[in-house]
Amino acid sequence: MEFVIQQLINGISLGSIYALIALGYTMVYGIINLINFAHGEIYMMGAFVGYALTTFLGLGFIPSLIISMITCSILGMVVEKVAYKPLRGSSRISLLITAIAVSLFLQYIMVYFVGPETRTFPQVVESTKIMLFDGSVVLDIRNVYILAITVILMILLQYIVRKTKTGKAMRAVAQDKDAAELMGISVDKVISVTFAIGSALAGAAGVLVGIYYNTINPLMGSGPGLKAFVAAVLGGIGLIPGALLGGFSLGLIETIVSAYGGSIYKDAVAFAILIVVLLVKPAGLLGKDVKEKV
Amino acid sequence: MKALSKKNIIKITALVLMLVIVNLLIHNGTIDSYIELNLVLIGINIILAVSLNLIVGFTGLFSLGHAAFMSIGAYTSAVLTRNFASPFLVAILVSGIVASLAGILIGIPTLRLKGDYLAIATLGFGEIVRVLALNYDYIGGAIGFNDIPQHTNWTYLFMMVVLTVVLIDNFIKSSHGRACISIRENEIASEAMGINTTFYKVLAFAIGAFFAGIAGSLYANYFYFIKPDSFGFMKSIDILVMVVFGGLGSIPGAIIGALSLTVISTLLQSIPDLRMVIYAVILFLIMIYRPQGLMGDTEFRLLKKKEVKHNVSSKGE
Repeated sequence: MEFVIQQLINGISLGSIYALIALGYTMVYGIINLINFAHGEIYMMGAFVGYALTTFLGLGFIPSLIISMITCSILGMVVEKVAYKPLRGSSRISLLITAIAVSLFLQYIMVYFVGPETRTFPQVVESTKIMLFDGSVVLDIRNVYILAITVILMILLQYIVRKTKTGKAMRAVAQDKDAAELMGISVDKVISVTFAIGSALAGAAGVLVGIYYNTINPLMGSGPGLKAFVAAVLGGIGLIPGALLGGFSLGLIETIVSAYGGSIYKDAVAFAILIVVLLVKPAGLLGKDVKEKV
Repeated sequence: MKALSKKNIIKITALVLMLVIVNLLIHNGTIDSYIELNLVLIGINIILAVSLNLIVGFTGLFSLGHAAFMSIGAYTSAVLTRNFASPFLVAILVSGIVASLAGILIGIPTLRLKGDYLAIATLGFGEIVRVLALNYDYIGGAIGFNDIPQHTNWTYLFMMVVLTVVLIDNFIKSSHGRACISIRENEIASEAMGINTTFYKVLAFAIGAFFAGIAGSLYANYFYFIKPDSFGFMKSIDILVMVVFGGLGSIPGAIIGALSLTVISTLLQSIPDLRMVIYAVILFLIMIYRPQGLMGDTEFRLLKKKEVKHNVSSKGE
C-alpha cells in the first residue's frame, strides 16, 4: 500500500509536468492544426532561463518562474511570427517539417552556445522531506510545489479561456476560423496569444523540472516533448481537460511501469497505450467522434 | 507498349554503362572510399525516399515511422548474414519480406486512422520498434550489432536502386497505382467508385515497407555495425524531408531530394559545430520558398489538388 502511494506521488509530479507541456500542444493544435514539434524546445529554453536566473542573478523560485514564463511566451510568439505565419495556408506536411526545423534549430543553437553537457540546477527550493506512514512514504515538499503550481496555472488558464474576451476569441477561432474572422476577431492576434500562453506553460514546466530533477541539458526537450504530445493525443487533442487527463495518466502509467521493473520498456508502453487508445477511440479519451460529411 | 522498344533499349544500355563505368572507377581508385561511401548513402536514401513517396506522396498516408521498417530490414539482414551466413541476395529479399510483413501487421489496424492521427500512430510504432531493439540482447541491445559482413557493393546497390525505382514507377502507372492516387485525392469518392481503400492503403504500406527493408539490409551490410538509435524518429523525419523537398508524388523529385539532402548533410560535416543549425535553417528556407518541393507535381495537378483539398477541409470542419 505504502509503495503504491509513493508511486502515486511520483506519478502525479511527473504527470503535472507532462500536463503543463501537453496543454501547449493541445492549444496550438486546436487553433491551427499544427503538431508543434518545437514545443519541447520551448520547455528546454524555460529550464535554461530559470537556470540562468537562479544561478547568475540569484533570484528565488517564484520570480525566476515568472520571468521564465514571460521569456518563453515571447519566444513562442517570435517562433510563430517568424516560422509558422509565412506558411499559413500551405500543406500540413510543410508546416510539420518547419516545426521540426525550428526544434532542431533551437536545440543545436543552445548546444552551440552553452555546450551539450548536463548542468546542475541550483537548489532554490529546499528539499524538505515529509515522512508519512512511519517513514515508508516520502513526500518531498517539491512534489507539493509542482502540484500546487500546476493547479494554480490550470485554474488561471481555465479562467482565461472561459471567462475573458480573449478566451472567447480563442474558442471561436478553434471552432471555425473563417466565421471568427467574419465576426471581427483578429485571427493572427488570437494565434499569437495562444502561442504565448502555451509557451508560458511550457516555460513553467521547464523550471519545475529543473527544480525536481536538478539536471538540465539542451537536448532535454525532445523526449518529454514527444511524451507530452502523446499525452495530449491520449486525452483528445485540442481539448484542455484532455491534456490534463492525458498528462496525469501518462505520468502515472510511466511511474507504475518503472516501479514494477519495466523501466527499460516505459517509452514503448507509453506509445503502445497511445496506439491502442487511438484504435479504440480515434479522437482520444475525451474527444468526440466527428462524423465525416460528404 | 513493347518491352524492347527503342527507348527502353537506350535506357537499359545507359544503366548498364553506368553500372560498369562506376565499378571500373572504383576498381582503379578514381572513386575513393570516401566518395564510394557517399554513393552508397545516396543510393540507400534514394530507395528510402522513393518508397516513402509511394506511401506519403502517392497514397496520401502520413507516415512518420519509415525508419522503423528500415531498422527491421537492417536487423534481419544482419542476423541472417552474420549468424546464419546466408547469401546476401537471400538476406536482402528476406529483409524486405519481413519489413513488409511488419508493415501489414501495423498497417491493418492503424490505417483506419486519418491524417495527423496516422502520423502519430506510425511515430509510436517507430519508437516501439526502437525501444524493443534496445532491449533485445540477441541483436546487441543498446550496444548495437557488430561484425556484420560487408556485402554491399556498387553492383548490389545500383541494382537495388534501379529495381526500386522501376517497380514503384510501374506500380504507380498500373491500375493499382491509380487506385492509390485516387485515395490520396479523395478517399470517399474513390470508395464510392468501388475501390477497396483499406486493401490499397495496406498494399501501399507493405510495398513501401518492403523497399525500406531492402534499404536497411544494404545499410547493415555496408557499415558493419548498426544500433537502434540510428533508426529513430529523426531518421524517419530525414526521409520525409527528402520526399517533401523533392516534391510529394514525384519519383524524380524523391531521387533529387535524396541526392541533394545527402550531399548537403555530407558537406555540412566539415562544420560539425553548426551542422544541425544550418541544416535546420536550410529546411526552413526550403519550406518557406518552395513548400511544394523542388519538382513539385506538374503545375496543373498541383492546382487541381489544392482545390480538392480546400473543398474537403471546408466541408470537414
